Amino acid sequence: MAATKRNTTGRDFDVVIVGSGLIGSTLAVALGGAGLRVALMDRLDPATMVDEPFDGRASAVSHASRRALDAIGVWRHLADDAQPILDIRVSEGDSPLFLHYDHNELGDGPLGFMLENRHLRRGLGAAISTTANIELFAPAELSALDRSGTAAVVRLAGGEVLRGRLVAAADGRASPLRQAAGIRVHGWSYAQSGIVCTVTHERPHRGIAHERFFPAGPLAILPLTGDRSSLVWTEPSAVAGRLIELDKPAFDDEMRDRFGDFLGYVVSVGPRWSYPLALHNAKTYRSRRLALVGDAAHAMHPIAGQGLNLGFRDVAALAEVVVDAARLGLDIGGTDILSRYETWRRFDSMVLLAVTDGLNRLFSNDISAARVARDAGLAAVNRMPPLKRLFMRHARGTVGKLPRMLRGMAP
Amino acid sequence: MPGSRTARERPGRATRSASVDPEEIRRFSEVAEAWWDADGPFRALHRLNPTRLAYLRRHLDARFERAPRDIHPYCGLTVLDAGCGGGLLSEPLARLGARVTAIDADSRAIDVAASHARDAGLDIDYRRAAVEEVAANGETFDIVVAMEIIEHVPDLPAIVDAFGRVAAPGGVLALATLNRTLKSFALAVVGAEYVMRWLPRGTHRWEKFVKPSEVARHLRRHGFTVADVTGVTLDPLAFEWRTSRDTSVNYMMFANKTATR
Repeated sequence: MAATKRNTTGRDFDVVIVGSGLIGSTLAVALGGAGLRVALMDRLDPATMVDEPFDGRASAVSHASRRALDAIGVWRHLADDAQPILDIRVSEGDSPLFLHYDHNELGDGPLGFMLENRHLRRGLGAAISTTANIELFAPAELSALDRSGTAAVVRLAGGEVLRGRLVAAADGRASPLRQAAGIRVHGWSYAQSGIVCTVTHERPHRGIAHERFFPAGPLAILPLTGDRSSLVWTEPSAVAGRLIELDKPAFDDEMRDRFGDFLGYVVSVGPRWSYPLALHNAKTYRSRRLALVGDAAHAMHPIAGQGLNLGFRDVAALAEVVVDAARLGLDIGGTDILSRYETWRRFDSMVLLAVTDGLNRLFSNDISAARVARDAGLAAVNRMPPLKRLFMRHARGTVGKLPRMLRGMAP
Repeated sequence: MPGSRTARERPGRATRSASVDPEEIRRFSEVAEAWWDADGPFRALHRLNPTRLAYLRRHLDARFERAPRDIHPYCGLTVLDAGCGGGLLSEPLARLGARVTAIDADSRAIDVAASHARDAGLDIDYRRAAVEEVAANGETFDIVVAMEIIEHVPDLPAIVDAFGRVAAPGGVLALATLNRTLKSFALAVVGAEYVMRWLPRGTHRWEKFVKPSEVARHLRRHGFTVADVTGVTLDPLAFEWRTSRDTSVNYMMFANKTATR
């Protein structure tokens, strides 16, 4: 490539990604694999992120997200630890009416996969280390970001200077970069928390995921490899705080009360975590030479298991517009490029956020009219194959104009 | 119009030659500061750039056997961007790996282009020069690009002759221009400049527009074979340019220089 010369010192990259979580790392692999020079930075040491105490959550990886991960060479590091979801059963408490998503109705493989986040992090780490063009700066503290020029200049606390034509903010829900750019979010917190833990059970789950709605909030039972499931148990934050403090026998008693015995005797294993639930959508996903991805752009209620998949869609769309621009020699941080990304992503996120919020509100109350409506609604959806297929395709992440990665192609 | 006041105080110097019309250069010089303003007087050109670059990539990749997915495909190739203006096309070609020499008769455009490339960290050889001057030096290039300039020059055969001399044997010439049809008069001159104000008034003079057959005839005389003629049409609602079979207003042409002189 043409020689570069600059007045200011600093290392040159095409893209500087701030935040090496699941979304930042996936973006790095997608862009690095296409030949772009990527700096990936994080406050935390990546080695600590794969420890189970760091992140005990498990994620539902939709069919489309799996294709995207496969397209950029990440899936082969994950396949062994992925539990296929063959069936999703949605019910209300012990109500007999329920919505049943069966992968046989769609053909074409499982509805999605359950993966523990630590496995996702490890797999992405393996992909990063084998992708040329990605340089990791972690642990590293960002001390200043100047986006005013023809390149964004990132200063690290250690004195190092990174220059990139585009900065991707993958720095999470509280996104310091989003706040520094003055981008506001609209959203609210639910005063609910999600308790997350892993359980083992006597009987095999047969790849079936369960979503049960209780007045206090939904309980999701998500199949993991072996006779294990990941539990996402939503309660008002005050209740969740008390539950998480209980000793193991007392916690397990409470847990069995909700879980039931359909998988035989159930016990929790390993640590448990509690995450406050909140929903937000950034008012814009871009600023000068800055793009927001993943939770920095939008965070949602985990009810439909779509948060991470929504983030993967951001990655696929941003990688595509950036790589397309790079192949034409265009300025990848240019306004028109970032505006294409935003147009592509923001509406989609808004719809999904509204739907999942609506679901939660509909189910998180005990008014009998609403109860009748939702019971009837679930049963009605079940009897209307086209509508149900649409919901299922949403769950699989195959609705809307799909970026190349989500269709299984490299960006 | 940005820069118009300073333009009167410090008009761009222009050389007198077959490819340079001082009056035409003055009109561009007046708005030189605005070359990189994507919403300024060159907005239409900014919108056209991705379409032009995609066309160039398709034909250059085929001609020089480069991988379409490569992001630095033109390493080792030299480019002459004739009539580079602010460098809207020179910079992408440099990013794609080519060694770019870019010339324009308007010294103010060259100043703007050089300063912008320096900020962007791109090494581009910008010169205020006419194509004939480069040809007179005996310099040759693998790729000669002449976008929207032949409709602005006083002597078409002379500039095509210069293209023939600066294109290396086995090299290529890519050009874009406006057809001389009733439709182009209505759309490019009256529509774009007077009605929609997409372009500064007086940007184009219809009588200087060139039919594809005329360009092809001149090119053949100077050792080129025309490989492709593609129309470019504007979707006025999306304000987006698309390649098309309709060459009646804007068109691009890709020609191969014979391998031997």
